[in-house]
Amino acid sequence: MTSPSEATVPDSTQSAQSQPLAQAAAAQAVHAQAAAPKMRAKGVNFHYGAFKALYDISLDFPANKVTALIGPSGCGKSTFLRSLNRINETQRGTRIDGEITLDGEDVLAMDVTSLRRRVGMVFQRPNPFPKSIFENVAYGVRVNGLASRSDLAGIVEKSLRRAALWEEVKDKLSESAHALSGGQQQRLCIARGLAVDPEVLLLDEPCSALDPIATAKIEDLLVGIKDQCTIVIVTHNMQQAARVADNTGFFLLGKLIEHDRTDVIFKNPSKRETEDYITGRFG
Amino acid sequence: MTARNLYRKGLNNVMLTLTGVCAFVTVSTLFVILAYLVYNGGKSVDFDFFTQLPKGTGELGGGMANAIVGSAEIIAIASLIGIPVGFFTGVYLSEWGGPGYCFLVRYMCDLLNGVPSIVIGIFAATVLVKPLHHFSALAGGFALSLMLIPITAKSTEQFLSEVPRSLREGSLALGAPKWRTIASVVVPAARKGIMTGVILGVARISGESAPLLFTSFNNQDWSNGMRDPVASLPVMIYSHAIAPYDDWHRQAWAAGLVLLTLVLIANIAARLILTRGTTTRG
Repeated sequence: MTSPSEATVPDSTQSAQSQPLAQAAAAQAVHAQAAAPKMRAKGVNFHYGAFKALYDISLDFPANKVTALIGPSGCGKSTFLRSLNRINETQRGTRIDGEITLDGEDVLAMDVTSLRRRVGMVFQRPNPFPKSIFENVAYGVRVNGLASRSDLAGIVEKSLRRAALWEEVKDKLSESAHALSGGQQQRLCIARGLAVDPEVLLLDEPCSALDPIATAKIEDLLVGIKDQCTIVIVTHNMQQAARVADNTGFFLLGKLIEHDRTDVIFKNPSKRETEDYITGRFG
Repeated sequence: MTARNLYRKGLNNVMLTLTGVCAFVTVSTLFVILAYLVYNGGKSVDFDFFTQLPKGTGELGGGMANAIVGSAEIIAIASLIGIPVGFFTGVYLSEWGGPGYCFLVRYMCDLLNGVPSIVIGIFAATVLVKPLHHFSALAGGFALSLMLIPITAKSTEQFLSEVPRSLREGSLALGAPKWRTIASVVVPAARKGIMTGVILGVARISGESAPLLFTSFNNQDWSNGMRDPVASLPVMIYSHAIAPYDDWHRQAWAAGLVLLTLVLIANIAARLILTRGTTTRG
């Protein structure tokens, strides 16, 4: 099976960087995709007031896979992502209809806090709380009452290790999270999300504010954690989608134009718009 | 062309001079007041001022120890009522309120802020002094709390709404309920700004005399508790300044200086908190 990154990344330095990722992706891809999806969206429409942002989106997110959502700015990919944990609801005047399920359960009818405990999110810009590094990671665990005081340190360490940040911060856990660099802050936010052991992790352009080295670290860790959770990532960067994603969906003007295995989307898209976008004719 | 340029240049100079002169008038007025107060107050303030009770009419000497303690008492009462009510109002305005009701609350805050302080004094006298047949520290504190509530509410709301949305979303996305997000993330992020607003509000009300004139009234002696009339620095300044005795005028100046110093200290503390705070906010 061809790995998606080799198929599409023209730049040799980038493909060298992503070799381990490609192997991991290939190994994952051996598993059948036919199993019931972890999350499923069916006929989702979304409105900001009078503006309709999403038109009839249906997309499955298979368990333990990375699904990338790509498309030009304003195409609705972030809106769609933010519907999956219902964080959109915090904005006034939004309206959603259609069906979203998590392991077959109706997401839109679920208690929103338990939904968000199970479906974590990492945002475009790192948003650590103005607290210490330790408290940032411990926050979700505390809020959800998931661990006793004695387990907390262990969970914090484990989460920071999973986010590949432990070695850099283990000696300064009590320092302010704002003292970290942008890339470290974003990995801290990932660690914070992982600490509550989410079943699904949503990432909204997590690397758009980061340099290539920090980006590579985050991509590495995403592939490393997908055996424990299902990942959905919105990205502007098509190489990134090619490097990390098993499946890719292409959005345009609020519609899901097509979705398929990442290598198919990038090598052999069935829609003209997709081809135009990935070959850089617009967007 | 040159004429036009000359005109522009001239106009520029005129406006520059005008704004400069006005700025100078503002600053110099403040400095004249300050200098006059420091000069007169500095001559008059002495150790007795802080430790002695006022002397009887026409007698020399004495101090305003009871007024200093009384002011502290009234401000404490006002803070106990005004800060929590104002704070939670601000939290409500920033975090919960729907547009209609919030508009009303905000508008009422502005109106309450604009009510002449003497009217607030009359109101407090009507609800707390008349029914109890007694001037009291409680009534004075209540009157001042009515002034503190809108100040605290507005500044709390302002600093809370400056907390970036992304922080709220970060907490909500971890499954934190809204109240927990506000209590553990939003309010701590705005902590310093809120504290600054509260300190400035308390400093502002501590100089008010009108709301106290017929609520806490005045007392030449120590007060016997919250239900008794109590002396306060602003009312002391008023009563001493209009009295026909030079020594009382002297004491009024001293009280003015002490009051101003306290307000100044509070202002500086607030600024320090805020400037140190900006590095950790956002």
